[in-house]
Amino acid sequence: MVSMMGSRAGWRRRAVVLLLVAVSLSAMPATLAAAAAADSVEAGREAEQHTERISGSAGDVLEDNPVGRLKVFIYDLPRKYNKKMVTKDSRCLNHMFAAEIFMHRFLLSSAVRTLNPKEADWFYAPVYTTCDLTPAGLPLPFKSPRVMRSAIQYISNKWPYWNRTDGADHFFVAPHDFGACFHYQEEKAIERGILPLLQRATLVQTFGQENHVCLKEGSIIIPPYAPPQKMQAHLIPPDTPRSIFVYFRGLFYDTGNDPEGGYYARGARASLWENFKNNPLFDISTDHPPTYYEDMQRAVFCLCPLGWAPWSPRLVEAVVFGCIPVIIADDIVLPFADAIPWEEIGVFVEEKDVPKLDTILTSMPIDDILRKQRLLANPSMKQAMLFPQPAQPRDAFHQILNGLARKLPHPEGVYLQPGEKRLNWTAGPVGDLKAW
Amino acid sequence: MMKSLLPQSQLRRSAAAAAARSSGGGAASGGADGAGSDGGAGGRAPAASTFWFLLHALCCLVSLFLGFRFSRLLFVLLFSTTALYSSTSSSSSSAVLRATTTTTTTTTTTTTTTNTITLSFAATANPPPSTSANYTALDSAASGTSGHTQSHVVVGRHGIRIRPWPHPDPVEVMRAHRIMERVQEEQRRWYGIKEPRQVLVVTPTYSRAFQALHLTGLLHSLRNVPYPLTWIVVEAGGTTNATASLLARSGLTIVHIPFPDRMPHDWADRHATENRMRLHALRVIRERKMDGVIVFADDSNVHSLELFDEVQKVQWMGAVSVGILAHTGTAGQPRLSEEDKQNMPLPVQGPACNSSGQLVGWHTFNSLPFAGKTATVVGEAAPVLPRGLEWAGFVLNSRMLWKEAEGKPDWVKDLDAVGENGEEIENPLTLLNDPSSVEPLGNCGRKVLLWWLRVEARADSKFPQGWVIQPPLEVVVPAKRTPWPETTAVLSSELLDTKQDQEDRRLSRTNRSSRSRSTTKRKGDVQGQEN
Repeated sequence: MVSMMGSRAGWRRRAVVLLLVAVSLSAMPATLAAAAAADSVEAGREAEQHTERISGSAGDVLEDNPVGRLKVFIYDLPRKYNKKMVTKDSRCLNHMFAAEIFMHRFLLSSAVRTLNPKEADWFYAPVYTTCDLTPAGLPLPFKSPRVMRSAIQYISNKWPYWNRTDGADHFFVAPHDFGACFHYQEEKAIERGILPLLQRATLVQTFGQENHVCLKEGSIIIPPYAPPQKMQAHLIPPDTPRSIFVYFRGLFYDTGNDPEGGYYARGARASLWENFKNNPLFDISTDHPPTYYEDMQRAVFCLCPLGWAPWSPRLVEAVVFGCIPVIIADDIVLPFADAIPWEEIGVFVEEKDVPKLDTILTSMPIDDILRKQRLLANPSMKQAMLFPQPAQPRDAFHQILNGLARKLPHPEGVYLQPGEKRLNWTAGPVGDLKAW
Repeated sequence: MMKSLLPQSQLRRSAAAAAARSSGGGAASGGADGAGSDGGAGGRAPAASTFWFLLHALCCLVSLFLGFRFSRLLFVLLFSTTALYSSTSSSSSSAVLRATTTTTTTTTTTTTTTNTITLSFAATANPPPSTSANYTALDSAASGTSGHTQSHVVVGRHGIRIRPWPHPDPVEVMRAHRIMERVQEEQRRWYGIKEPRQVLVVTPTYSRAFQALHLTGLLHSLRNVPYPLTWIVVEAGGTTNATASLLARSGLTIVHIPFPDRMPHDWADRHATENRMRLHALRVIRERKMDGVIVFADDSNVHSLELFDEVQKVQWMGAVSVGILAHTGTAGQPRLSEEDKQNMPLPVQGPACNSSGQLVGWHTFNSLPFAGKTATVVGEAAPVLPRGLEWAGFVLNSRMLWKEAEGKPDWVKDLDAVGENGEEIENPLTLLNDPSSVEPLGNCGRKVLLWWLRVEARADSKFPQGWVIQPPLEVVVPAKRTPWPETTAVLSSELLDTKQDQEDRRLSRTNRSSRSRSTTKRKGDVQGQEN
């Protein structure tokens, strides 16, 4: 009896096992074939595959098309908020904060734009907060809070959609050093915090650091603007052998603003210099060579250490030129982190480990390095970091829209009850309350 | 991103504010941040604050005198008992309070007095109160107004970590180079030639003084070619041990073919013999059905490695540009007029293309300026010029020679039909029915990929067999004089003759008989000097 039952149970178990094996065996060639088909379609090569598909925590979303998945309404703000600033100083179009301007221009002619605000999922107010430049070309953030506040007052008075949600279905582009904290100095930025009026809105910004005051939850991190034509113009043949091991060009000490040392880059860049200035594998200096882009294409690793803020266009340049980025910035949040698995693509080194950087890089297994290069060679990866004019499929503009689309549908708390108000219009430093 | 606007005082004040909060514990010794004591004294007893102020003033004066901020140094020295100069690689979590200080490199005057007092979390009973207050105060400063979960990334001043031996480790350097080699290999695989074909190098040679020079150079070039290579060496006068030993040292795949005729001493005949040797090699390739790209590498030519990359692209027959180096020799330099020099064409032989990149003709070396002054005998000190089109500028697909090969075009003659009647095979174009189908390589001939040169010693020049000196040379050197005369042997004899003439002429004017003995003596002296 017992044996009979035992055998029956055993038979069932065996059948289950056999079924599983059969399923997996049949699935395997199917997936292999699918992958192979996708790969061959993707790369168009019968020979060895030298790029790899990229899929982040949100899945394989780099190549999604946002058209049809969301609708964006663009507020028609007076010229003083956007176009007048550009005409006053056209350098705004070339610096690393130019994403806000190009995003506006892209959306104006994009298929996701709707002229009917009633059917819009997202609302966009084009305010250029980083276009007030010093004679040297650096953006002054002192008036930005007032500019933003004035714009929000304008849209809340003229259209009902801001008050409907207190801005929860609106998004703003804030590409400055510390995003919507609107200050270039970290301590001051932390003190100010994110502009209180933007508390519920979605911020599209370049700054990202975990557990930092200036990174709101639900923000979309974007790459800084790097001129795509300029980078295209400096491409060299891809079979030029990569003969530089580690490459970096930039400041190590900022003697102008940080004469004592230790503040700039939290001492990480200075540590890099002091430890590796004599190392022949490290091609690091403060020069401005005309062959900067070409050199990056001849390097295996490109350092992307933090400066006054953790982000920099070096990441974009490294990705475009196929140089593995070595990111030295504790707790940084990189662009499109849910779509791009940065851990697999770049090397993350903690600031305290900088003196061991040579050991870390030379002891990386060669297969990892080759895999990272394959991921970087994926054209979708490069496209996702760029803001080309006119816009191209899968570029950074589309990734931003994809990110916004992934946040849809809006959660329950977005729409306020009539009469309910969440924002405090008088919060923040007194200076910000002045009209602009 | 830049803070260049911020005036220095403001910066320091803000830094002071942060530091003041940090040194709030106040138990630190005079090593506290100078500016910090200003603000930090705010909430304390006035006596203490004046004490700190005076101490700070004293420190400032001393620093002024010394030229650097010694206060930090003092801080380190006072806490040196608890400090371990550990390299950052030792990261065991001990319960002892470890202040990993990375050193005081007071290199530049501005900054780098670098002390990091970074605490590990397991503190013992008495951690220096200021430093712990340091940590927590900074912490609160960082997360103060926001109410966020606290970030362990601290805003403010950090030390500059320098390991005790900031120099490259040779083992790591080697590993890095291996990584780069592997990366480059992958690059070649992805972007370079997809299926590298074998290179068949055809070299006619013979044993002579300059053979070792030429073959060694060619050998080294071929060793660096990254593709599979077979070197077909045809030797005039049969294979010799000298050549064989030279080739054996190369480590390449060699096919050493003897050719019955000896190499003649006349340049014209030598060119003809070389052509016949090359044809012989082509026949061997056909017999053995060797597959690959045939490159004609004469032993005295110099090849760039890009040539071998470029020839991989050849379909059937290709032509490259060859730089012609006509070595003019010491004597008999052709005296060219300025006009001649202007009109001198470039010394390049190769394909000529029209604007759409198609072959329309050939550039050849213009030998008119050298007419009549070229060398006829091998080893003569006169320019050696190429004749017409040199074989070195052509590359063939070996399948072109096979009797049966798929896709073999019909404009290729059968190899047997060539050279049968003993006619002169000047250049590979005679292998074709239709010379216009040759592919121009090297960016349509714009890139010169190899150089043609003929440098030879006289046929009777002596050289040690295999360049090994056996038996050892015997040289008797007078201790006080160099064994070599200051002038060459030829010149000294000429000079001697002219000097003799001069002497004779002079003496003939004077009394010959009385001076005859002295002239002989002088002759002897002169001879002694010359020798």
